[in-house]
Amino acid sequence: MNDFLVQAAVYLAAAIVCVPVAKRLGMGSVLGYLTAGIVIGPFLLGYVGEEGADVMHAAEFGVVMMLFLVGLELEAGRFWRMRRTILGSGLAQLLLTAGACALAARSLGFTWAAAAAAALAVAMSSTAIALQSLKEKGLLDSSGGQLSFAVLLFQDIAVIPILAILPLLATTSVSTDAHAAGALGHLPAWQQTLAVLGAVGIVVAIGRYVIVPVLRVVAETRLRELFTATALLIVVGIALLMQLVGLSPALGTFLAGVVLATSEFKHELESDLDPFKGLLLGLFFMGVGASIDFRLIAAAPGRVALLTIGAVAIKAAVLYGVGRSARLTLDQNLLFTLGLSQVGEFAFVLFAFIAQLGLLTPEWTATLMAVTALSMTVTPLLVLLHERLLAPRLGTRRAPARAPDAVDERHRVIIAGFSHFGSTVGRFLRANGVEATILDNDSDRVALLRRMGFKVYYGDATRHDLLEAAGAREADVLVSAVDGLEVSEALVHTAQRHFPHLRILVRARHRGEAYELLDRSVTGVYRDHLDTSIRMGVDVLRLLGHRGHAAYRAGQDFARYDEAALARLASSRHDAGRYISDVRGEIALQEALLKADREHDPAAGDHAWDSEEMRQQLGSPAPAR
Amino acid sequence: MPRVLVLFAHPRLEKSRTNRALLRYVPQRPDLTLRDLYELYPDFNVRVPDEQAQLLAHDIIVWQHPLYWYSAPPLVKQWIDLVLTFGWAYGPGGTALRGKVLFHAITSGGAEAAYQADGFHGFTLGEFLRPLQRTATLCGMTWLPPFAVQGSHRLTDAALDEAGARYGRLLDGLADGTLRPEALAGHALLNHALTQVPQP
Repeated sequence: MNDFLVQAAVYLAAAIVCVPVAKRLGMGSVLGYLTAGIVIGPFLLGYVGEEGADVMHAAEFGVVMMLFLVGLELEAGRFWRMRRTILGSGLAQLLLTAGACALAARSLGFTWAAAAAAALAVAMSSTAIALQSLKEKGLLDSSGGQLSFAVLLFQDIAVIPILAILPLLATTSVSTDAHAAGALGHLPAWQQTLAVLGAVGIVVAIGRYVIVPVLRVVAETRLRELFTATALLIVVGIALLMQLVGLSPALGTFLAGVVLATSEFKHELESDLDPFKGLLLGLFFMGVGASIDFRLIAAAPGRVALLTIGAVAIKAAVLYGVGRSARLTLDQNLLFTLGLSQVGEFAFVLFAFIAQLGLLTPEWTATLMAVTALSMTVTPLLVLLHERLLAPRLGTRRAPARAPDAVDERHRVIIAGFSHFGSTVGRFLRANGVEATILDNDSDRVALLRRMGFKVYYGDATRHDLLEAAGAREADVLVSAVDGLEVSEALVHTAQRHFPHLRILVRARHRGEAYELLDRSVTGVYRDHLDTSIRMGVDVLRLLGHRGHAAYRAGQDFARYDEAALARLASSRHDAGRYISDVRGEIALQEALLKADREHDPAAGDHAWDSEEMRQQLGSPAPAR
Repeated sequence: MPRVLVLFAHPRLEKSRTNRALLRYVPQRPDLTLRDLYELYPDFNVRVPDEQAQLLAHDIIVWQHPLYWYSAPPLVKQWIDLVLTFGWAYGPGGTALRGKVLFHAITSGGAEAAYQADGFHGFTLGEFLRPLQRTATLCGMTWLPPFAVQGSHRLTDAALDEAGARYGRLLDGLADGTLRPEALAGHALLNHALTQVPQP
């Protein structure tokens, strides 16, 4: 027990220290966990060593759970719509990368089986890293983002056949280290594959005819923890089942997830399992970091570095080609290429499996795992380089080359960010004869807008040279309709500093952002939801039978009251004097609001057209007017 | 010294030659306040406490607006309905406006001659303004005849300027105290009363 506590404390503390630092440096949580593992591993602080292997087993479960959730989140509809891209580009990426890497591996002296196995593992990219950075930049819906998603999706699906094929490769290798089997180890190869397919069928059947009814029964008890327990049991049970049969637990849970994705419990399952997945995955990455063999790297640093660079280069080259054939524009393609050029976390699992099958020697396994980890470190750096060095150059090249013959008019309004919010503002202004200059950082959107005749600049609106080029000196109004507080704060800061004459109107996605902007003396703060939700509230009142004009005026009063409350609470919230976490802050916010509502009563004092008071005073039914 | 409040109401100022001209002549002085109601309340959501405070702080109230369908633009009526509350402007305890002076500065397309008993519209301007007049007197205010710039469609720039200048002198005189409200009552239009006053 004592040992376990020490272990737990070490792992958790390492995570808490390293991951926030990693996020600050823009390197993502995966790298944070890896670093934490390296730090506490046998080569640095030495808190964990061989017992790390046990931790790895527990943590591998995190991967199993991750795959369940991947299956669960697989939207059949979206998958079907993107089927051509997924099959086409996804297959191309996987096969070409695997092929190229296998050839490279052969030249290093691998057997065909080992080369193929290792190459398939290397062909995997990191869903976590790629999708995370796309989400952060709000570029998931761009063409590069969509293609990334399609390729990653294909890789996720390809895991099944890969896991099925690997044992086949093993039987052609000389090694007798195979304990992997279970009940099936002694069967001939083709029967093993058949068994895999059979197991797939069983899992699907269980999912549909056993699990869903059980979930229904449990859901009726309305006990949250029981539902969570059932969710865990599903994952554990399927994993156990698959292990008994000698197959990959991850495969089984992935399939179970896919089957359950169409059930009504999809979202519950997702939300119940997510924290477990997160923690266990974190543990997994830490375990991986702890098991990276630095002795090996130190012994042959050049080789490891070369392998890493080689792997990333091969992957990037294939990805670029796939992107070109999918007709991505240059910088969308770079986004796609760099985002997926690393060797992903699933390779760890595959390498472990490959090692179990005896296809690779322990040294090579350790080396390749180190290469995987290093390649994941390289990606954020590449992306950073791309943002700082390449994108700006590409951006200015895209500046309106077709300069109009007439004088280059500067517009009085600049709109930064042309997604839903910004585009509605722009369309309204245009409908009223006011043309605005638009800044946006999605190159596809920029291309479309130019075709529609808008004057658009591509690039990062927070850069003051871009604002200058867009005519900020001559303009009167700057509208910030960007997604995200960090960007809008940066924009406000730049504008206030370099163009103090500009009137700045900023979109805030919610109250919290509004507070931050008010702190920066922005007078025009527009909360996304305010007008619309009040308008909906007014409509609700009307549906309940309230008179239209009264309801409408109530809405106006409430909006006015809420804006005043916003300004008041913005300044007073600093008096709290204590740190409130984000979640807590949201609750505390609502509490403050509801209290203030009680004190100030937004509906008070509306006596317009109300002859009640008059009739009381005069004691007569006939008012003076 | 009386303080003057000009309540200006025009829903489409950018299309109005006449009112824009008059506005140019409204004097800039510390004891004269101009409130542009359609600018302040584009959504007609009149802030009653603000308006009442303004009324309390001034002695002479001037409504400046165009004549639409023999009356004032809609926001004026909205303002009246909302601001002149029972128990404040009228009724028991409603003495806030007692003793203050009020008149309307009106622009109309029709000429002065059309607004006569035998004219095109069949009634005088004063008669058309009876409801507004009674509103003021119910609140205990002193009602003065309107200042009117009429036949506005046909006014030349010179005539407009002249009318504007006269308007400016009227407001200045009232704020200075050189023009006494008592002297101005009893005419059909304030314009007539002004011609009898020596020009500075």
